[in-house]
Amino acid sequence: MSAPNDLENLIDLMARLPGLGPRSARRAVLHLVKKRALTLIPLADAIARVAETARECLNCGNIGTTDLCPICESEKRANGELCVVEDVADLWAMERAAVFKGRYHVLGGTLSALDAIGPAELRIPKLIDRVTTESISEIILALNATVDGQTTAHYIADQLEARVKVTTLAQGVPIGGELDYLDDGTISAALRARKTV
Amino acid sequence: MTTVTELTLSHLRSHHRTSLQLDERPVALFGANGAGKTNILEAVSLLSPGRGLRRAPMDELIRRPEALGWKVTSVLKVGTSVHEIETWAEPGHSRTVRIDGKAAPQVALGHIARIVWLIPAMDRLWIEGADGRRRFLDRIAMSFDPKHAPTVLAYEKAMRERNRLLKDMVRDDHWYVALERQMAETGITIMQTRQAAMDRLLLAQDGAETAFPAADLSLIHPDSDLPDTADAFAEKLKESRPADLRAGRTLFGPHRVDLAAVYSEKDVPAAQCSTGEQKALLISLVLSNARALAEDEGAPPIILLDEVAAHLDTARRAALYDEICALKAQAWMTGTGHELFEELESRAQQLEVFEEDGVSQVRQ
Repeated sequence: MSAPNDLENLIDLMARLPGLGPRSARRAVLHLVKKRALTLIPLADAIARVAETARECLNCGNIGTTDLCPICESEKRANGELCVVEDVADLWAMERAAVFKGRYHVLGGTLSALDAIGPAELRIPKLIDRVTTESISEIILALNATVDGQTTAHYIADQLEARVKVTTLAQGVPIGGELDYLDDGTISAALRARKTV
Repeated sequence: MTTVTELTLSHLRSHHRTSLQLDERPVALFGANGAGKTNILEAVSLLSPGRGLRRAPMDELIRRPEALGWKVTSVLKVGTSVHEIETWAEPGHSRTVRIDGKAAPQVALGHIARIVWLIPAMDRLWIEGADGRRRFLDRIAMSFDPKHAPTVLAYEKAMRERNRLLKDMVRDDHWYVALERQMAETGITIMQTRQAAMDRLLLAQDGAETAFPAADLSLIHPDSDLPDTADAFAEKLKESRPADLRAGRTLFGPHRVDLAAVYSEKDVPAAQCSTGEQKALLISLVLSNARALAEDEGAPPIILLDEVAAHLDTARRAALYDEICALKAQAWMTGTGHELFEELESRAQQLEVFEEDGVSQVRQ
């Protein structure tokens, strides 16, 4: 038997979320309905609040609930280091590691002439602006190792390396990784970036 | 050696379900035109990265009217190791590859088996545009170095991006510099790999006892010699930017390089040779490629020769078969009649391919 219309609609919407399919969406909706007070109502409230308040940080492009995100607001994070990432998910990944103490700049994608995505679509002018206004001493490029990611990295480096130190993340063997499972490109990058033990 | 020991084609072109059990000997497929012989060769070619020997879009391979999608399953023996390869595409989707039961990128196929081929569409290789010759050279380069394929893709992607900027008359120098740097880094690698492949081919050709003519090969760039460092390459791209802007495309780089061949014995360019001589030159290069791979990798590649036998006189045909057998290569050959493969006798597996009610059948 299929679910009534409203529920079916909710299942359809849930199934569009990353990581969920129709089957898992149906299970999640059933769970919500059964745990109405404990999960469904708090979730609905939380979603309504986020829908009301979520916005992009005007400075760095992070997603928060205020005009300036907590990282941009914090004076402690103004250590002169600025990490440039493609997407908010990359910023959150960096924050999970809790080792970077500087600020971020989210580009919102990569340069792609074929898709008509130019510097202006990517918050690159804002990045160049920030280098001056926030007395940045180092730009750390944490972009994907794809053709578009590397083109964007070269583009930013070419614009800024005369004014500020520009670095990029190292490429090589992941922590806990086995050499046997690495592709040739990663192994050769790791070998080039070898260091004294 | 590299051997296909099992091959199953499912819903691929004229084949509904064809299953072959094979040993290490060459495979001779004979049958009437349109029986589905080349489709079997195409299935084998799909065990290497890319679009196969016809360079067909994946949807074109789907058997109609069922239109369910196609699948090729194979067991490949390379030296002492055995791999199970599955590749398939559903309508509207790109093709998927599984190696030994695990999803794998297409590039991984290049690391398992080397497959080289010669098809009738290449008969005009020496007289048509440089495109085909570059592709031919790149396939040879890829057989020696599977990393050549992703490098060429990265170069082409960066070039397409740059061409779009040129067409749209974008004047952002930084953007050009970023793309040109990528083109320079990959472009230099492409040139070096191509040169190494050509040198290796010539070396294999020099030392060979063969009935097929030797070719003097060289790489030609229409404008001037290409720079030999990435920095010089990037500088050259920067210099050619105004001319490129006028043309609306990149006029300089490895994508413009041509492969020139001269029939050594007669000192005549390949393009001016007779049709038969041109074909013989191509066979000679494919055999040299196979010989070089056999020496370097310890295993000859799988060789696909579509309709080759028909173009050769009896003596040359016998010589070709002898060379293939001496190489211990599993060569897959097609021809319209059984008599074309008579010289092979029991040295090859002879399979008859015929059509019955619109479906290809194989008699082993």
